[in-house]
Amino acid sequence: MSIIVTSIIVLGAIGILGAAVLYIVARRFYVKEDPRIDRVEALLPGANCGGCGRSGCRDFATACVNATSLDSLSCPASGSAVMKQIGEIVGLAAVETKPKIAVIKCNGSCDVRPQVAHYEGAPTCSILATLGAGQTGCPNGCLGCGDCVAACPYDAIHMNDATGLPEVDEDKCVGCGACVKACPRAIIELRFKGPRGMRVWVACANKEKGAFAMKECKVACIGCSKCAKECTHDAITVANNLAYIDYEKCKLCRKCVDVCPTHAIHAVNFPVKKAQPAPEQPKPQTEVSPA
Amino acid sequence: MKLHTFKIGGVHPAENKLAAGEPIINVPLPAEVVLPMAQHIGAPAKPIVNKGDKVKRGDCVAEAGGFVSAPIHTPISGTVVKIDVCHNPQGLPVQAIYIKSDEADREADRIARENPRPVRDRSELAILSSKAIIDIIKNAGIVGLGGATFPTHVKLSPPPGSKAELVIINAVECEPCLSCDDMLMRERPREIAKGVEFLMRAAGVNHGVIAIENNKPEAIKAMTEAASTVPGLEVMPMKVKYPQGGEKQLIEAVTGKEVPSGALPIATGAIVQNVATAYAVYRAVVYGEPLMERVLTVHDGKTGKNLRVALGTNLASLVDSTDYEKIILGGPMMGRTASTLDTPMIKGNSGILLDNRYAHRREVEPCIRCGFCAQACPMGLEPFLLSTLSRLKDWEEAEAQKIANCIECGSCSYACPASRPVVDYIRLGKSTVMGIMRARAAAAKK
Repeated sequence: MSIIVTSIIVLGAIGILGAAVLYIVARRFYVKEDPRIDRVEALLPGANCGGCGRSGCRDFATACVNATSLDSLSCPASGSAVMKQIGEIVGLAAVETKPKIAVIKCNGSCDVRPQVAHYEGAPTCSILATLGAGQTGCPNGCLGCGDCVAACPYDAIHMNDATGLPEVDEDKCVGCGACVKACPRAIIELRFKGPRGMRVWVACANKEKGAFAMKECKVACIGCSKCAKECTHDAITVANNLAYIDYEKCKLCRKCVDVCPTHAIHAVNFPVKKAQPAPEQPKPQTEVSPA
Repeated sequence: MKLHTFKIGGVHPAENKLAAGEPIINVPLPAEVVLPMAQHIGAPAKPIVNKGDKVKRGDCVAEAGGFVSAPIHTPISGTVVKIDVCHNPQGLPVQAIYIKSDEADREADRIARENPRPVRDRSELAILSSKAIIDIIKNAGIVGLGGATFPTHVKLSPPPGSKAELVIINAVECEPCLSCDDMLMRERPREIAKGVEFLMRAAGVNHGVIAIENNKPEAIKAMTEAASTVPGLEVMPMKVKYPQGGEKQLIEAVTGKEVPSGALPIATGAIVQNVATAYAVYRAVVYGEPLMERVLTVHDGKTGKNLRVALGTNLASLVDSTDYEKIILGGPMMGRTASTLDTPMIKGNSGILLDNRYAHRREVEPCIRCGFCAQACPMGLEPFLLSTLSRLKDWEEAEAQKIANCIECGSCSYACPASRPVVDYIRLGKSTVMGIMRARAAAAKK
């Protein structure tokens, strides 16, 4: 009996002593932190994607709370609504930002871009990019090893095995830019998502002269400047045999899409164009059965 | 006799030198050449001719684009057709000068090539100063012909504070399959010895060593005989081991001194030059001939041949075999894979390898930390660790583990029983880490 009582007393005493030490230490070394940091952090996605330019969501939350202005702070993953809430917490006005999305500036799928080599080395674009033009003749296009897929913290980009190109999942992509940094060919760009997701871009990065570009890929931009001449908003520039559409200036009129001879300009999420009234077709002659 | 070699690491791949003993064939000058501007390490050359210009064989068509750079000369007379992009063997666009010759030009060039005239007589050669020789080399566009294509005149002008004591001629040719240096030594030993003498005089040293691996007895014999005419020059037979032709390994093998980490090889007092470079120096000094052609080995798995080819010649014209799965330019260990042969010959090209034995990689298996790569590494690094760090993008730790010391010889990949792409990842990590180090050094300077 006594041994049980002794153990209870001894263990209880150790427990109380330990609790007292922990209490003193916790009070003595308490780190005072702005409670708003936790509230801001709770609003953030917590993926630590680095899209804001900070080392993680906590760092961003701390920066927001300590900031004197939210002008240069923006979480691309959560968008304007969340930034507004953060602004309310820290008592500053948040800047309205348009949501962005990653677009792939290459459309050279396996069937339009002839393969000239076969790569068996380490399966990463960053190594293949140092070896030369890659498995096809195009020195600027997608290498197809999926470094962007591995880099995406939102599982929003996947390789399409049929085309050999990555595809961005519009619902999941938040425009953090992790894939942009991962791509050694710099063919991924963050562009405005556009109203109802409507956007127009040049899906090519080939800087070669037209003749070479055509040989390397059937859907390459050949730098013919037809789109630039067609554009009434001064949004298209052609440099190094490659057209670029400025998404700040583009009014989504899609005139350039129609004139591009190689269909290198892509437009997505537009309503289907009204079918042109088809020219009257001669009525098929009905066979007259002999009387 | 004990043969010299470097101390740690190294492998011995099957030598496979089919072209050894095949006499060098002079390939006729082509009717058209394409001269890329980036044929050497450093800044690309700048064209100094325009479309439509008439050029003569040996004329300088592009000047050096910086201190570490070299001019480029045309091997044929003719007209500049255009200055446009051409694609390098890896398919990347580079600027190039296209020159086309006519019938009369070709005949004149052929005669000039077969009967070179000395531009300096014996008495003139005897009094050439160090600076005069370096200037000749600089203007002749001579670069390291072993494959690294580092401009020779830069190597011969050591930075202030370091002093050259010894010139080492790299004739080990440790890459399997290649035998262009071997044949050059067998056929032109006296010219090479003379070239080494000019190099020694340019560097201001009176001791020279020609290092030849022991698997080339004919070359050793020929060079020993020729070297006896030059005071201070000796031939050193070496044990056969890859990568003995690496600059740091060769210095250690010859002098026993190790190049300190991060230091230039000149810190040991040694200047290493390739044997083909020495021959090019001889041609430049005696005949006033710029670097317009070089010897390369063509190896297709069944036969091998050694060809003397003018720069700018289309590589496809040198190959008869069509039964190949992979094109490697250079040796099988450090050569670069090419996607096409429809590309011009450049200064650093020492071989065309079409051997199907090297065409495919074996299946990759997991690393079991057996340590074969660490045993094979001639720099004393831990390749398995470095490749993992590069794969995980841990650049800080990779730098701490001295990834920048890697010479990319590929001994680790060769030794790996799991056939992992070890050197591929290390190469990526090394270039990234060196970029970070350079950026930091530039920031510290400001």
